[in-house]
Amino acid sequence: MSDWETVIGLEIHAQLATQSKIFSGSATAYGAPPNTQADLVDLAYPGVLPVLNAQAVRMAVKFGLSIGAQVARHSVFARKNYFYPDLPKGYQISQYELPVVKRGSLTVTLDDGTTKVIGITRAHLEEDAGKSLHEGLAHASGIDLNRAGTPLLEIVSEPDMRSAKEAVAYMKKIHTLVRYLEICDGNMQEGSFRCDANVSVRPRGREKFGTRAEIKNLNSFRFVEKAIHYEVARQIELLESGAAVVQETRLYDSDKDETRSMRSKEEANDYRYFPDPDLLPLRIDEAFIEAVRATLPELPDEKAARFARDFGLSAYDAGVLSASRELGAYFEAVVAGAGAAHAKLAANWVMGELSSALNRDNAEITAARVTPAQLGGLLQRIVDQTISGKIAKEVFEAMWSDGRSADAIIEAKGLKQITDSGAIESVIDTVMAANPKQLADYRSGKDKLFGFFVGQVMKATEGKANPAQLNELLKRKLGGGAEDA
Amino acid sequence: MLHTLSIAELGRLLSAKEISSIDLTHHFLARIERLNPALNALITLTGDAALAAAALADARRARGENGPLLGIPLIHKDIFCTDGVRTSCGSRMLDNFVAPYDATVVARLKADGAVMLGKANMDEFAMGSSNETSYYGPVRNPWDTTKVPGGSSGGSAAATAARLAPFATGTDTGGSIRQPAALTGVTGVKPTYGRVSRFGMIAFASSLDQAGVFAHSAADAALVLQSMAGFDPRDSTSIDAPVPDYAATLNAPLAGLKIGLLREFFEGLEARNSALIHDALKIYRELGATTVEVSLPHLPMSVPTYYVVAPAECSSNLSRFDGVRYGYRCKNPKDLLDLYTRSRGEGFGAEVKRRIMTGTYVLSAGYFDAYYLKAQKVRRLITDDFRAAFTQADLLIGPTTPTPAFAIGAKIDDPVTMYLNDIYTIGANLAGLPGLSLPCGYVDELPMGLQLIGPHFSEAKLLNAAHLYQGATDWHRQAPRGYES
Repeated sequence: MSDWETVIGLEIHAQLATQSKIFSGSATAYGAPPNTQADLVDLAYPGVLPVLNAQAVRMAVKFGLSIGAQVARHSVFARKNYFYPDLPKGYQISQYELPVVKRGSLTVTLDDGTTKVIGITRAHLEEDAGKSLHEGLAHASGIDLNRAGTPLLEIVSEPDMRSAKEAVAYMKKIHTLVRYLEICDGNMQEGSFRCDANVSVRPRGREKFGTRAEIKNLNSFRFVEKAIHYEVARQIELLESGAAVVQETRLYDSDKDETRSMRSKEEANDYRYFPDPDLLPLRIDEAFIEAVRATLPELPDEKAARFARDFGLSAYDAGVLSASRELGAYFEAVVAGAGAAHAKLAANWVMGELSSALNRDNAEITAARVTPAQLGGLLQRIVDQTISGKIAKEVFEAMWSDGRSADAIIEAKGLKQITDSGAIESVIDTVMAANPKQLADYRSGKDKLFGFFVGQVMKATEGKANPAQLNELLKRKLGGGAEDA
Repeated sequence: MLHTLSIAELGRLLSAKEISSIDLTHHFLARIERLNPALNALITLTGDAALAAAALADARRARGENGPLLGIPLIHKDIFCTDGVRTSCGSRMLDNFVAPYDATVVARLKADGAVMLGKANMDEFAMGSSNETSYYGPVRNPWDTTKVPGGSSGGSAAATAARLAPFATGTDTGGSIRQPAALTGVTGVKPTYGRVSRFGMIAFASSLDQAGVFAHSAADAALVLQSMAGFDPRDSTSIDAPVPDYAATLNAPLAGLKIGLLREFFEGLEARNSALIHDALKIYRELGATTVEVSLPHLPMSVPTYYVVAPAECSSNLSRFDGVRYGYRCKNPKDLLDLYTRSRGEGFGAEVKRRIMTGTYVLSAGYFDAYYLKAQKVRRLITDDFRAAFTQADLLIGPTTPTPAFAIGAKIDDPVTMYLNDIYTIGANLAGLPGLSLPCGYVDELPMGLQLIGPHFSEAKLLNAAHLYQGATDWHRQAPRGYES
């Protein structure tokens, strides 16, 4: 059988985090009672007109600048005409031939550490539609127009991805980016970030693309991966059985883990795009672009590179810690507390204990119950050997539950590490005296019993003995005992 | 008689407290009650609200306010949304629609104290040149009630001609103010595209629609336009340029004014019509103007161009009338498609459907380039022709219509002949230019219009030229028989 190559392009819809809608003054907050955030413009009353939200334009430009794209000095809003109850005007205002952002790219890092450049064909501004509600209504459908007119940035990639993993890596990268830019909250459950995947397969080595299917409205990274896997297998099976792939729009059913045909190309709407005569062409001048450029934050790739360079982190760690602006800021604040020389320790703690505590609470970094300054304080106590790493974990748990500082907890619980050699030696002597049989066995060659003695000393000191010192002293004493004998 | 006085004269009587706005309102309401049944010019009367508004205007005057329109009655074309008052747009589709807001034009006139008496009949959704496509039946021309008043603002024109109000609003997409003004012997002004807000004016063809005024003289029209014109942030196509004082320049001398005779307008023009235009030119020469022949070589293509662009835009603009949120809804729809097709099928009349179908066709995949795109290119050529003409002439002059008012029923079954009625007016809409029609004599005892077209934002000059012509003639003072007293 032939060897198939998968070709994937994504159309990502990022809901822009503006206060008001793209063409009306209504609020965009999520979860309001139905139709309470729809004014006469959103309801498409006779006579009303759209007025473009400048903030949405700034956000689109910000995105364009962040992917090294061209920001079009002249772009045009067009009408996409079709009838549906959640589309009050009978057309969606979008950008068609002349989008605001053209030709950019993004570098994604794959699991094996290799990188790949994904081309971004365009990004354009458009309005979202409302929602049809069918649940809880007998013999009727409800329409909620709160979402109608919410600004979207549709980010269209080149067909540059060759596997579901690449597609997910790209989507995650865009997800990180839009949150960095603070142009989208990235909330996938609320539909603020979703994508359509164009998937086709072709015999490896052939240049011509296969016929594609478009899988609509994927709203989780897992669904993107699973839907693509299913779709690729389906297409290969069709082709290998001698059948053809039909160009069509498909829906992914996450319950059944399959894609289903929604409509074929023949059934597709003729959207009759034409320039919206209610909106003048969008002209963006140099000053506008420069004003937006001045608001660009350090981008994820730049931050990761800096973390690797300045803190000596691995590319992987640098990537994880720069995955969101908030996480990066937290990490840097911890480093500031612990000292730049201990950045690696800080990285381990942020990615380890802190991250699992957050996961346990199902909380975001911004809701961490230990502040970066507090965590930095804890790390200082490890560095200055006040406590061991093991005790530090116990202290961290206490900090997480009651919010006190590391020092307060160490003091209150008497967890300060014993570093006085004399004190440790006297405990060792007591332990050796209390366990003559084990001592004899050790000295007769049962090296494994070393751990028994460590455990006994730690038990006697409630874990506070400095582990390195204990090791050294114990070795000498146990060995030294033989000499004595 | 109050209805024979100019707005300025009425203003003087009002400020001298010789009459009240209540008196004036009663006077016109009585005329409407007596004369409108034979004309069908008004389809909604708002007598009680008018008297309340008149009382308010009188109270404002009593407090010392004094504006040129304070307490002056008017009639709005039923295309303008009026808060709390049915706004039908001449269609069964909106027969039950009570607008929840005022159009900007309505709000501005209201703020200046003008008193709305009622709403004028019109061709359905402003699509027509004879006022025969109205759901409420044809309007009759007061000069001869077997004749049409022109359209689409036929109700506003007939009401003004019959002296049912000192002035009325209208809209002009392809001649819908100038053509009915000509056929009813009144002064009609179509301002520059973008001069008057379109917000709250139910859209027919957004890139062509422009609100304007019907009055008994250019001087009256100047006062009304002063109130209507100006930037509106709710209309993105409204232009933010200062509005000159139109009344201040009405008497500016015309010495040195270069008037361009449009060669294309005179080719094939009926001799009696042509003679009227030449009589007018004689007056202008006496006023110090010179004439020059100019040519607009692409003008003969204006009608076909218009009948691609306007239907294309209307096919999309009218998609919002779907029976879902407001307006006509068919009885017992069995599913969504049935709701759409029957609500629209039953709610729209034949001419509206014809244009929606034409527009849908010209925007369809495979036809877009050949029709819509080509029409846009020709539109640009026509605009360029006008621009070139204005390098040779300050104003262009010609007939408003090829013939006087025709009989009701004469052309309604022949759309192409009907469309040719707009042959002289459409060019100004395609180029976004201001135009004005003023009475200049009679053919077959029916009034004829002289059309002036100027460069963008030359309303002051057009009104000035019209006013001085009206100072030398008295066509505009002549009312149809039976409507003088």
